[in-house]
Amino acid sequence: MRRLYRYRWLAISSLLLLGLTFGMPLTAPLFANAFPELARPMYSQDSFATLVLAHLNIVFLSGIVTVLGGVTAGIFVTRPAGRPFRSSLETVLAISQSFPPVAVLAVAVPLIGFGKTPALIALVMYGVLPVAQGAIAGLSSIPPSILEVARGIGMDRWQILRRVELPLAALVILAGVRTSVVINIGTAAIASTVGAKTLGLPIIVGLSGFNTAYVIQGALLVALLAIVADQLFDLLSQRWTPPASVTAPDGRVETR
Amino acid sequence: MIEISEVSKSFDGRQAVSELSLTVENGEFAVLIGTSGSGKSTMLKLLNRLLEPDSGSIRLHGKNIAEHAPEQLRRRIGYAIQSVGLFPHWTVEQNIGAVPALLKWPKARIRDRVGELLELLHLPPEEFRHRYPDQLSGGQQQRVGVARALAADPDVLLMDEPFGALDPVTRASLQQELANIHQVSGKTIVLVTHDIDEALALGERIILMDHGRIVQQGAPRDFLLSPENDFVREFVGQSDIGIRLLGLETIADRVRTQPAIPGEPIRSDSTLREALSAFITRKEHSLPVVDEHGLPAGVLHFADLLQPPR
Repeated sequence: MRRLYRYRWLAISSLLLLGLTFGMPLTAPLFANAFPELARPMYSQDSFATLVLAHLNIVFLSGIVTVLGGVTAGIFVTRPAGRPFRSSLETVLAISQSFPPVAVLAVAVPLIGFGKTPALIALVMYGVLPVAQGAIAGLSSIPPSILEVARGIGMDRWQILRRVELPLAALVILAGVRTSVVINIGTAAIASTVGAKTLGLPIIVGLSGFNTAYVIQGALLVALLAIVADQLFDLLSQRWTPPASVTAPDGRVETR
Repeated sequence: MIEISEVSKSFDGRQAVSELSLTVENGEFAVLIGTSGSGKSTMLKLLNRLLEPDSGSIRLHGKNIAEHAPEQLRRRIGYAIQSVGLFPHWTVEQNIGAVPALLKWPKARIRDRVGELLELLHLPPEEFRHRYPDQLSGGQQQRVGVARALAADPDVLLMDEPFGALDPVTRASLQQELANIHQVSGKTIVLVTHDIDEALALGERIILMDHGRIVQQGAPRDFLLSPENDFVREFVGQSDIGIRLLGLETIADRVRTQPAIPGEPIRSDSTLREALSAFITRKEHSLPVVDEHGLPAGVLHFADLLQPPR
């Protein structure tokens, strides 16, 4: 019971998301009622389930590239060899995030054509900054004395990175990934302007055809998707928090 | 045996260690002492190649340490620093077992070794094995730090102010335990500190450093009785030299075997310094002495502090 209470927002938002993904057509009377002037108040070119899956697919693909690229970059600039590149990397990432994704799409389409690829490029450019920042912050927040001991007891660089640095930086890195993924769930909707199938499709179709109902249907699902993802990351970061902070009031150690 | 010959190390043009030569015998407890910036920590880190010397050489058991792979060398040398050095995301068992794990010991052997070391450092294994460092007090963390340094049974132990962050009571008891471990195991220990009392309590040889050079080295008693210059005199605390000398000997060395006298007894393994304190606070000229089992062991007279009874 207590467990359910703790995860109530995750439970509520997931149920709503599932319900609307499969049951949106059932709400047609509601939309017909709210927008009596519309001939077709329910988006029906694609099923919402297809759109949600396509949307998740694009976010997931860009997410993998973003996480691998961002964490690798973060690791590189916190090594002695890469340290001089740290400030230039941060500048490049900040610039890449300052390009509006729409502008990136507009530039990318003439070069590589319509479809998923320009969308993925825009999403990666937009999402890599929080991940890299998280990785840099997490890796450089580790007390030097811990790294010195790791070296002093005979770990090599790879062992220090894998057994000490990454586990200790994991929570901060995860926070960066969370920001990146949640932002990109919203941004991915724009990818439909260049022909990628996402939840942005009803929104864009609705905007160009003055169909507010379509816009609401797409936006609702995008928002719910972002909330569910955010809650899932919250759950994950609770799991990753060192069990050290879980101590019973009488000083006994609780095991999970 | 550690042979350091004419080792120099500088950082950004500032000489941290200059042409320092020193030999530490097998089984010796050597204490490097000095003010901050004297080069004592730098010297220690040169010993396990956390730093590389600019010139000079260091030999361990006759072999130049530059010929060892640094990681292999460090796994053979115990290393302990202030309590902050425990890995916060690992349990006590994982922390202590870190070096054996790097040496690929079988799991069961690591588990047994961790239990053994926890016993040695008076931490009940079943209670502490699975705790995380932030569930331990400062003193317990430091015990774990010492246990980790001992884990793979290295014959050389390097310790950089290991008890610096502890309260005086805990520090004294850990110093006592370290002295016991040294006596029982016969390990070579090089310890860095800025605390003269710690150096006097632990060191068989004290090496006072200043500006990267050795100012004076010798047994604790020589250090107190014949300081070579004003710097040494000031460092050992001129006005307290007499009291510190008393701290080097125990009551057992001076007690007279004679029938017990009334009064609250003092243990024969206390230092003469503690005895002096007891004389002053109780305003007595003689104190009854008991041995570690609480049995009468004789009487200590105030005059015996000045010279051993004949």
